[in-house]
Amino acid sequence: MRRWWSVFLVGGVIAYRGLFNWIRPAMYVPTMLGSPIFQLIFFTKLGQYAHAQPREFYVVGNSVQVCSMASVYGMTMAVANERWFGTLGPLLATPANRAAVFLGRGVPVLANGLFVSAFTFGAGALLLGFRPALASLPALALIVLVTVASCTCFGMLLGSIGLRAKDFFFVANLAYFLMLLFCGVNIPLDVLPGWMSFVGRCLPLTHGIAAARGVAAGRSLSAVSGLVWTELGIGAAYACAAYLLFRVLERESRRSAVLDSY
Amino acid sequence: MRSVRVVWSGFVMNLKMLGTSSFFLLTSVVQPVIFATVAFYMFRSGGRSGTLLYAALGAGMMGVWSTTLFGSGGMIQWQRWQGTLELGVGAPPPMALVYLPFSLANAFTGMYALAATLVWGRVVFGVPLHFAHPLLFVLALVATVVSLGLMGLVLASTFILYRYANAMSNLLEYPVWVASGLVFSTSLLPGWTRPISWCLPPYWGVLAIRHAALGGETWRPLGMVAVLGLAAAAISIVTFRVFEHQARARATLSLT
Repeated sequence: MRRWWSVFLVGGVIAYRGLFNWIRPAMYVPTMLGSPIFQLIFFTKLGQYAHAQPREFYVVGNSVQVCSMASVYGMTMAVANERWFGTLGPLLATPANRAAVFLGRGVPVLANGLFVSAFTFGAGALLLGFRPALASLPALALIVLVTVASCTCFGMLLGSIGLRAKDFFFVANLAYFLMLLFCGVNIPLDVLPGWMSFVGRCLPLTHGIAAARGVAAGRSLSAVSGLVWTELGIGAAYACAAYLLFRVLERESRRSAVLDSY
Repeated sequence: MRSVRVVWSGFVMNLKMLGTSSFFLLTSVVQPVIFATVAFYMFRSGGRSGTLLYAALGAGMMGVWSTTLFGSGGMIQWQRWQGTLELGVGAPPPMALVYLPFSLANAFTGMYALAATLVWGRVVFGVPLHFAHPLLFVLALVATVVSLGLMGLVLASTFILYRYANAMSNLLEYPVWVASGLVFSTSLLPGWTRPISWCLPPYWGVLAIRHAALGGETWRPLGMVAVLGLAAAAISIVTFRVFEHQARARATLSLT
């Protein structure tokens, strides 16, 4: 059990340091901190121009959504880069528990997602005058934690696809942009056509953002608990699907001898 | 004549390379369509349905800028990774001339974005494509794309010295969308940002394109597009020369 935790935690951190391309400050600051601030400003101003929703709608939506930059890209890199860097073979040759190897990579991604989201909320408060009630902050933090976890599980699924897909960054980029459209980040779900809001409800972020908006508007955590549990359930479903896919693709890649090939 | 041949062959070769890149498919077609859809729904939910063509043009220009930006940022970096940067620097023509066709091809690929958002808007959202001045629209589009290509050349020259060009590309995408007022008026921004907007070719480019499409004075913004494009060309000749020399002197040309 101790070894399991060691692979889970230490292995996860080492893998993250080695495989997350944007970890250097020269990359991290412009990409993970600069870009979310301007995304926030862009959509808030667009919403203001379109007379669509109040400012808080965009601040909460985008501040929660930017965690997916850490989760989707971070998790994709943490899994799929093993193949890109040619270390997938040695990794899979070890007897280490696969669940510990796979899930451990999510911990630093989760921490990073939380930081990016918190930073963007801070920028929203500083630049756009977002002022939620102080009492709502713990509940907001909990909701963001759940949402980032759910997004990280989704990122795991994309990372698993990267074990076989030729261009895994295309998949990650596409997923990131589609989440902007489908998850109610900048458009209320009831404005979208039925099929789009249905897809949005099957994705991470959607329920978390709705819950965060509720809490920021003064509702209690218990009033939005249904949304939070749904977000958690969606995350758990993606984690199971990701782990299953990882094992299937690992077995198939070994069987067809295409582990490191493109 | 030799310069024209360098530009033409570089332009054609880079267009072929971009045509096989899924990343450019994403930035020049998929991403603008997604952003256009977001903008359409935001305008619709806010009751600004008359501005759907405005949104389609703006989202298309966002794609032109993204393609130029990532193309220019990537141009030097990809050549570094492929080990061909030294060959480009070592070739007899000036470095700015070697990379000019690459930058123009990047911006030209961005025109797909405008085509994609207009077709998408027409087919999915029923946006009427009635242009007030069709010929001026084409002229404004071509001038804007060339001007953006030249601006991309300035960016590319700075990336000779900067190893993390892709990080700067990630950072600069949204700010230029914001400062150029591609899908909303810059009057919503603080007054101190106005001079920044005036220095950006996309700001004047989208004004020229918008006025040609929706009606309005086109020649003045078109003139500014031309002036800023020429200024970018002049700056890039100097910066390429200076930065290339510095990179060679410090032996950092091919360091990744």
